[in-house]
Amino acid sequence: MKPFSDQAVRAASSPVPPTGLEAQARPVVSIGNVTKSFGSGNQRVVALDGVTLDVNRGEFVCLLGASGCGKSTLLNLVAGLDQPTTGTVDVHAQHTGLMFQDPALFPWLTVRGNVELALKLGGVPRSERRPRALELLEMVHLGDFAKARPHELSGGMRQRTALARALAQNADVLLMDEPFGALDAMTRDRLHDELEELWSSTGKTIIFVTHNVREAIRLGDCVVLLASRPGRVAAVYDVTIPRPRRIDSPEVATMAATITDQLREVVGRGSDR
Amino acid sequence: MAVTADLEVIVPPTAAPADSRAKKLARRTWDATWPKLLAIAIVILAWQIVVWSHWKRETLIPSPFTVLDHLWQDRGDMTVSAWITLGRGIQGFLVAVIIGGVLGLAVARIPVLRAAIGSMITGLQTMPSVAWVPLAIILFRQGAGTVLFVVVLGAAPSIANGIINGIDNVPPLLLRAGRVLGARGISALRHVVIPAALPSVVGGLKQGWSFAWRSLLAAELIANLPGKIGIGQRLNFAATAIDYIGVFESMIVILIIGILVDSLLFGTADRAIRRRYGLIDAAAT
Repeated sequence: MKPFSDQAVRAASSPVPPTGLEAQARPVVSIGNVTKSFGSGNQRVVALDGVTLDVNRGEFVCLLGASGCGKSTLLNLVAGLDQPTTGTVDVHAQHTGLMFQDPALFPWLTVRGNVELALKLGGVPRSERRPRALELLEMVHLGDFAKARPHELSGGMRQRTALARALAQNADVLLMDEPFGALDAMTRDRLHDELEELWSSTGKTIIFVTHNVREAIRLGDCVVLLASRPGRVAAVYDVTIPRPRRIDSPEVATMAATITDQLREVVGRGSDR
Repeated sequence: MAVTADLEVIVPPTAAPADSRAKKLARRTWDATWPKLLAIAIVILAWQIVVWSHWKRETLIPSPFTVLDHLWQDRGDMTVSAWITLGRGIQGFLVAVIIGGVLGLAVARIPVLRAAIGSMITGLQTMPSVAWVPLAIILFRQGAGTVLFVVVLGAAPSIANGIINGIDNVPPLLLRAGRVLGARGISALRHVVIPAALPSVVGGLKQGWSFAWRSLLAAELIANLPGKIGIGQRLNFAATAIDYIGVFESMIVILIIGILVDSLLFGTADRAIRRRYGLIDAAAT
C-alpha cells in the first residue's frame, strides 16, 4: 500500500508512481475502480462500488469493515473465484492462497492428508509431498498431529491446519477472510504472533479481512477502512507502531479509538442510505 | 509440539501398548455381543413358551430345539442353498450397483435428467418388490433373468438415491476450498465430491442390499426357478410339502444371512466411515 495519508478514496485513474526499484514498486495486487453487483433489476445488490486499491509485494494489508462492506466479495475477486462487473483486478503472482473463517478442512483426510492434497493439486511431485507437508505442519506447530483427523482437533488447531494448507499452495499472495473470527481471544492472540512470524520469515503478501479494529492494527502494515452498502474504500491508515506488536498495547488502543470513530461514521452513513 | 500445545491440547492420538489394545478389542467385542446373545436367548425362550402353551399343535409350531437340531443335520444342504441364493443376490446387487451408480451420477449432474426422472427414482423405491415378480415371469419366464430383473429393480433406486443425495449434500464450503486449491472438473469430483458423498453412498448401498435381498427371496418364492435350489425355493417347497420344520429352518437361515450381511458388512463399513469423517461422537460409542 502506498502511503496516502489524507485521501479517503483513491482515484481510479491515479497511477502508482514508480519508486526506486521498478519491480519492487509494482503492486502485486492492483484493483482498479472495481464495481461488483449481484442480481438484476429491483433485486440488484451493489456489493462493491468503485474500489481502487494497490497492494505492494510483501505487504500486510488489513481490510476492515462492518458486515455488508463487500470484504469477502473483494477477496473472491482477487482469488479469481469471481469476476468484477466493471473495473480491473490484476494479480501479479503465480498463485493466491485463500483461507476462510471456517477452516473448511476435508474431514476424510488426516491433517497431513489435507496439506498433501493441496501440494498434489499444486503439482508437487509425489515423493516431495510428505516431507513438505510435515515441514509446513511444523511451521504451524502441528507436527505431532499429522495423523489426526480434523474432527479430533480444537478450533485453533483446525485453523492452523487450514493455514498450513494455504501455505502449501506456495502462493505469493495469501488472502485471509476473517480466519480467526471464530476463535477464542487467547488462541487468536497466539495465532496473531505465529502469523506475523510466518509473514516476516516468508515475505508473503497478506490481505487480511477482519471486522475487529484491534486485530487489523495488531497485524497490518496498513488498514483499509471499507464503508458498507455499497462497499467502497473510506480511508487508508498506515500503521507505524513497531513490531512485534501487542493487541493490548496503548498504541494499538489509541489508534483503534481513532479508527473506530471513523468506522462508526461510515457505518452510520451506510445505514442512512 | 511446541509451547503452543498447553492451552488447546486435546487427547493426542497415542499409540496404546499392544496387549492393552487386544484387551480393549476383546472387551469391545464382548460388549457388542452379549446383548445380541441375550436377545437370541429371549426369542428362543419365548418361542419355547408358545410351544409349551399348546396354542398350536407341536407339528405346526415345532420347538426351537427340534428346529435347531434339524438345521444342524441339514447343514450341508442348507449351506449349499444359502450360497446359491447369496450368489444370485451378489450377482444382482453388482449389476444394480453399476446401473444405479451410472443413473445416480447422471441424475445428480444433469439437470434435465433430474427434472425428468429424479422423483421417479424415489417412487420406484416405494414399489413392493413382490409386485415386480409377475412381470419378470412374463418377460423372462422361469429363468435367471427373472431373479436379476427383480433384484436390480429392487436395489438400483436406493443405490442411485444414495449417490444423488450424497452429491447434493456436499458442503458448498468444501467445494469452494477445493476450487481454491485448484480442484476443478474431474479433479474436484475425485478429490472433493466423491469422498464427501461417500457416507451417503454407503448408506444407499446398505439400503440397496436389503431391498435386493427381499426382492430375491420374493422371486425365489414365487417364480418356479429351474436348476439350483436356493433358500427361498427351499422355503417354498417345505411349505408346499407341509414340512413345518423345514419352513422354520429356511426362515432362520434367511434371517441369519440378512442380519450378518447387513450388520457385519454394511454396518461395519458405515460405522467405520462415519467415525473417520467425525460424523459420530467417538466418546459416545
